[in-house]
Amino acid sequence: MAEPGSSTAAAGDGGGRLRNAFGGVLCAFTLLLIGVLAFSIRLFSVIKYESVIHEFDPYFNFRVTQFLSKNGIYEFWNWFDDRTWYPLGRVIGGTVYPGLTLTAGTLWWLLNSLNIPLSVETVCVFTAPIFSANASWATYLLTKEAKGTGAGLMAATILAMVPSYISRSVAGSYDNEAVAIFALIFTFYLYVKTLNTGSLFYATLNALSYFYMVCSWGGYTFIINLIPMHVLLCIVTGRYSSRLYIAFAPLVILGTLLAALVPVVGFNAVMTSEHFASFLVFIILHVVALVYYIKGLLTPRLFKVAMTLVISVGLAVCFAVVAILIALVASSPTKGWSGRSLSLLDPTYASKYIPIIASVSEHQPPTWPSYFMDINVLAFLIPAGIISCFLPLSDASSFMVLYLVTAAYFSGVMVRLMLVLAPAACILSGIALSEAFNVLTRSIKCQLAKLFDDSPAASGDSSAESSSASTASTNSAKNENRSEKTKTIPKEKPSKNRKKEREVAESVPVKHKKEKKLLVLPMEASAMGILLLIVLGGFYVVHCVWAAAEAYSAPSIVLTSRSHDGLHVFDDFREAYAWLSHNTDVDDKVASWWDYGYQTTAMANRTVIVDNNTWNNTHIATVGTAMSSPEKVAWEIFNSLDVKYVLVVFGGLVGYPSDDINKFLWMVRIGGGVFPHIKEPDYLRDGNYRVDAQATPTMLNCLMYKLCYYRFVETDGKGFDRVRGYEIGKKHFKLTHFEEVFTTHHWMVRIYKLKPQKNRVRGKLKKLKSGSKTSSTIAAGRNKNPWQ
Amino acid sequence: MPSTIDRIYLKLPSLYPFTLLHLAPLRTSLVERRRIEETGRDSGGGDIGDLPFLLISGYDKILRMPRATSDAKLLIQSLGKAYAATPTNLKIIDLYVVFAVATALIQVVYMGIVGSFPFNSFLSGILSCIGTAVLAVCLRIQVNKDNKEFKDLPPERAFADFVLCNLVLHLVIMNFLG
Repeated sequence: MAEPGSSTAAAGDGGGRLRNAFGGVLCAFTLLLIGVLAFSIRLFSVIKYESVIHEFDPYFNFRVTQFLSKNGIYEFWNWFDDRTWYPLGRVIGGTVYPGLTLTAGTLWWLLNSLNIPLSVETVCVFTAPIFSANASWATYLLTKEAKGTGAGLMAATILAMVPSYISRSVAGSYDNEAVAIFALIFTFYLYVKTLNTGSLFYATLNALSYFYMVCSWGGYTFIINLIPMHVLLCIVTGRYSSRLYIAFAPLVILGTLLAALVPVVGFNAVMTSEHFASFLVFIILHVVALVYYIKGLLTPRLFKVAMTLVISVGLAVCFAVVAILIALVASSPTKGWSGRSLSLLDPTYASKYIPIIASVSEHQPPTWPSYFMDINVLAFLIPAGIISCFLPLSDASSFMVLYLVTAAYFSGVMVRLMLVLAPAACILSGIALSEAFNVLTRSIKCQLAKLFDDSPAASGDSSAESSSASTASTNSAKNENRSEKTKTIPKEKPSKNRKKEREVAESVPVKHKKEKKLLVLPMEASAMGILLLIVLGGFYVVHCVWAAAEAYSAPSIVLTSRSHDGLHVFDDFREAYAWLSHNTDVDDKVASWWDYGYQTTAMANRTVIVDNNTWNNTHIATVGTAMSSPEKVAWEIFNSLDVKYVLVVFGGLVGYPSDDINKFLWMVRIGGGVFPHIKEPDYLRDGNYRVDAQATPTMLNCLMYKLCYYRFVETDGKGFDRVRGYEIGKKHFKLTHFEEVFTTHHWMVRIYKLKPQKNRVRGKLKKLKSGSKTSSTIAAGRNKNPWQ
Repeated sequence: MPSTIDRIYLKLPSLYPFTLLHLAPLRTSLVERRRIEETGRDSGGGDIGDLPFLLISGYDKILRMPRATSDAKLLIQSLGKAYAATPTNLKIIDLYVVFAVATALIQVVYMGIVGSFPFNSFLSGILSCIGTAVLAVCLRIQVNKDNKEFKDLPPERAFADFVLCNLVLHLVIMNFLG
């Protein structure tokens, strides 16, 4: 009897191994398909428009990558850019997060050394889809650590398509988040892996991945605050283990050092409040580790004595140290936090103190519909995922829940941070869906087995199958369910089933201890459930593809609109920049609002006064004041900055809503924040912002109005502004200090040149003596204008 | 017959607190000796009969110190005994950790004397010491035979991981030292 038994056992073993191998191949193939899906869903903009870099910030990254590819890494590291923030310049090496640039540069260099001659622009455009495929694979690894392979595949599929991530990583969106989200998920994966295995090798890899994250994005502070929070949570809930020490302590030391290596962070890694949480938890962890160690050495009575001694001494020292720390921190006005981080903790901070941060539309809180737009179905799968994480609770699943809770809070503060919520949402929804599928398919398997079994052998097989299914996951259930199930099966004789169950129960008591807890639903219900879940997934996929195609694929440098006579393409921006690069001198300075700075330097290759980096509020306020002042004053300001050309964006002819007239109030606010002679109520009529006949004279005389609406009445005779929806106030006027040099095809970008100062002042010699007296009295009077 | 110490107490009451602090064990044993002489039994610590000597409250805690000190002595002895039982390789690692932390403290003191001007050098020095200490503690955790979680991790693998992590740490330190 032994040989057939062993051969069947070997065959069973071989069958199991074959099944395992098949499962592995299937898993790898699915992952490959997920990567292809993540890559291809982001290609809509390339198909609909062209392979072009989108928006504003990516143009700066593109320019930096061009410089890197042309001049090499040493030049890039020490680059001082004098073509922006004229006359201040900008230290690019020390103020840019180099991760994205170095990644794309390395990719370009690698491909070119393999003789695949892709241009830098192509590599930049396609970096984001490549790294989103990597991010899905990282999500698979992370979820596998928490809940197993099935949940991992589900989460990876969901992340490949989630609209919130697509919005920041379409082909062409060459921005920091493209690689940063991958680095975030990968760092979390390595942390959880170290926590699960306790291996120092993974701890080293974790620190290196954290270094990559610090290089890539300012959001790395989320990692260095979340991981200490999780360690604290583990300690407080009694889950301290030596693996926790190995996971956290080397990360703090190595991570701080590596973060200090990146020039943007520098000494902030040890001096700003964003990093203090990690140091604090580092100390707490050491104290706890010491306590556990001594507890292991001593008897319980002696341990109590030690505790009383230590607590009385330790508390005194602790209070002293905390008092010193609080004194140090309280001495700085922002309590050591940077402006952006403080605006996350106190959402009203930015609107009170830093209008530039408050003015960015991405920094506003999100509305409820934006949650359903961005994470769709996942919004109500998340609670199911949270519950599933608690059954059973492990270190990894507690980390997921903590990550989700903190990400959900921050996404409620700033719409831009929905991006950080997306991976957490995908992971938890993947876990929830995978659990649901587990239960439903297990039910169907059990029911089918019960349906077709006529012999004890078959029931033995079914018990073996169900016990193997039970090892995959367990759910708490009631015993009544099993008896209910036997009642609802129509074809089985209930008494026969129950007898078989009892037989099986008697023969394999150990396996049944687990089996009793399994939830097995009736077959129709489970079949219906699987069908409905698949339909839900279908809705999600349809929404994601629609969002990717229609909502998030606009390059915003090229606009299209459909009308009855076909598709109109508005390529005005590139037209204007091309005109600038062909018709002006290399050293000419161009002034515009800071939104267009990056595009101007990258595409037109001209020096700008302010750009999207917005690091110098006073410089931006200077430009804002110039735009809000009358022509002569504005000319003086621009002349003092050596400006030759002024660029404004005007959408009134075609109905482009994000033009400079709509942004004008921010110019007034920012300018008024630094130069008090600009007062916002001067530009508002009864608290309303208008540019029609009811507008205030200050508004109708300011430079922005004049530059935008110069000769506008010639287009339709009445000067009807399609964006504001009314006719403009002042229609016929001439410019005295500026001359128009270029207006694009749809009047969207208008470029003006500063008129040079007159050589001869005719008729002014007589007035000079009397004029000087009047001008001095005027200057001493109401005007605190520094340029008069 | 009053001893010299009692005479000092009576003549110089201002010295009372200081002598009490310094001679507390001796003082209490005097009290105990007197009580034993008077009552013939041991009282083991503070008693209501000591009230004349306990006019200022709070000194009863100091009188209880001998139990605390004897307990502390017992504690330290048992700690020492339990620690002496650890294997030699773990003790070597502990010595290395103590050496690294001591080096870090010396560096902090040096920084306090000469100022922190090349701050990156100071930071890299401190963090390299603390870093090797932390990594050595991790190695000790993994090599310790009493640790159930790591019983199937071969100590050579643990040491190799330790070396790798130290390599990365010191590469970064060299870069940051300036």
